Amino acid sequence: MDSHQEKPEAPVVLNNPVPVRHPGRWISAIIILGVLALFLQSLVTNPNFRWDIVGTYILDTKVVQGVGWTLLLTVASMVLAIVLAILLAFMRQSENPVFRWSSWAWVWFFRGTPVYTQLVFWGLIAVLYPKITAGIPFGPEWFAVDTSTVITTTAAAILGLGLNESAYLAEIFRAGLKSVDRGQEEAAEALGMGKTKIMWRIILPQAMRVIVPPTGNETIGMLKTTSLVLAVPFTLDLTFATNTLANRTYLPVPLLIVAAIWYLVITSLLMVGQHFIEAYYGKGVDNLAPATINPAAAKAAAAVAPSAAAEPALKMDFPEEEAK
Amino acid sequence: MTITTETPLVRIEGLHKFYGQHHVLRGIDLEVNRGEVSVVIGPSGSGKSTMLRCVNLLETISAGRISVDGQLIGYRDVKGRLHDLKTKEIAAQRREIGMVFQRFNLFPHKTALYNIMEAPVHVKGQSRDAARKRAMELLDRVGLADHAGHYPSQLSGGQQQRVAIARALAMDPELMLFDEPTSALDPELVGDVLNVMKDLARSGMTMIVVTHEIGFAREVGDRLTFMDGGVVVESGDPQEVLANPQHPRTKEFLSRVL
Repeated sequence: MDSHQEKPEAPVVLNNPVPVRHPGRWISAIIILGVLALFLQSLVTNPNFRWDIVGTYILDTKVVQGVGWTLLLTVASMVLAIVLAILLAFMRQSENPVFRWSSWAWVWFFRGTPVYTQLVFWGLIAVLYPKITAGIPFGPEWFAVDTSTVITTTAAAILGLGLNESAYLAEIFRAGLKSVDRGQEEAAEALGMGKTKIMWRIILPQAMRVIVPPTGNETIGMLKTTSLVLAVPFTLDLTFATNTLANRTYLPVPLLIVAAIWYLVITSLLMVGQHFIEAYYGKGVDNLAPATINPAAAKAAAAVAPSAAAEPALKMDFPEEEAK
Repeated sequence: MTITTETPLVRIEGLHKFYGQHHVLRGIDLEVNRGEVSVVIGPSGSGKSTMLRCVNLLETISAGRISVDGQLIGYRDVKGRLHDLKTKEIAAQRREIGMVFQRFNLFPHKTALYNIMEAPVHVKGQSRDAARKRAMELLDRVGLADHAGHYPSQLSGGQQQRVAIARALAMDPELMLFDEPTSALDPELVGDVLNVMKDLARSGMTMIVVTHEIGFAREVGDRLTFMDGGVVVESGDPQEVLANPQHPRTKEFLSRVL
């Protein structure tokens, strides 16, 4: 592609072939667009949507507070889950068989039971263990507190969601750590790096490339799983807030739309955040310092042959011919 | 050019390596003096890479002893009984030994400059400025000063390997191990890497080089060792071994590669 022409050559006459026609594509596109148009029309003309009610409640105090609580539950339970998942993934790789076994058992249990069941369970923890005590087993007690003062409904919701999620994330982290070439660890070992430094500075940053996309998926999933905290019962989240309003107004459809709009807005924001995190951890692999891309060269190459424009921008990165 | 001191820098005695039932190394003895370039050749599967990897404990030592600069590698000798060293102690021993891999193994998420600075800053605790200055000097030495900001994926194989050599040198090792450093390279890129290695050899670095580059052995090697089937078949002055191999297996191998 890099031309080495010294002497002027005869201008290239491009083939410019007549492309194959695709009538099937046109027909299917028209059908899809037609259905979409009908749906959009119904949104406007069907009075049962009650857009006026949607407008009234979209910024309702209860709804906005519900959005806040849903966000808090999502963030708090994901943070808890990520911390636990890193720990579980490290334990799973440990040379200590007790660590490996307990990590496996944790994943087995929390992935193997429904999150709804776990949420109900955390809500009932005070019934099962009325007091939390510290002391020596079968020996003296140092202090004791009522479980219900420590595990509030908020704490129960976060624990229920976070512990369940940690099991899934642990598997994602384990896959990520395994995806890093063994040679990376050897190179770091040969430089005299300690185990902890190798993990945090060499292995994990590379594993993150594999870990971030599914974790983003899980975060978006968690956003919507928070609607199950009613099981605890936790009654301040977005879904509970809109359901309450729907029951009060006997207008379930517009309030479901209110909730759906908010979930979509938050999901969209999370996707933007994920994009930037992916770019950060893709450094050197997917994300090759955009500053080195030479737009002039790309343009020149595209002018020579139209098909060259379809070549990955990556190729323009290396001015030297010696680069692969 | 051999600077002879009292004891060799590297001494390998009766080294054995088992992978389960598979007996890979069957009693290797090798000595490398300070400032010497010791080249090891042999067919694939002869155990030459395994031996090299034992020297910095990327492989555990099944039997025998390796010492570098008088220090026993991987063990502590307490009244004749060997005790495993702790991970931290092993890491400290590895700091004195640089290693260059066949597959380069640069850190893909760091630029050439940061690949080189990583260990001086985060292992030795050098200041960033000092490490950066030294890294730039080393990049210049391997002819890549203008590639400091490139990620490994933006470098050719030969360039990556030269950065890898600079990365190992940044720790100021007293011994450099090369594990088939040119075997993964396109033929036209081999020369640049070999030139860097020759320059290093002439500067007095002690090197053990596992390679298929016979020309390199002849030009800068102080000693050539031919391994086959997990044993040292023949060892001596490179010119003599290459011109007049004594063992039929050496003859056969050389007739195929020369």
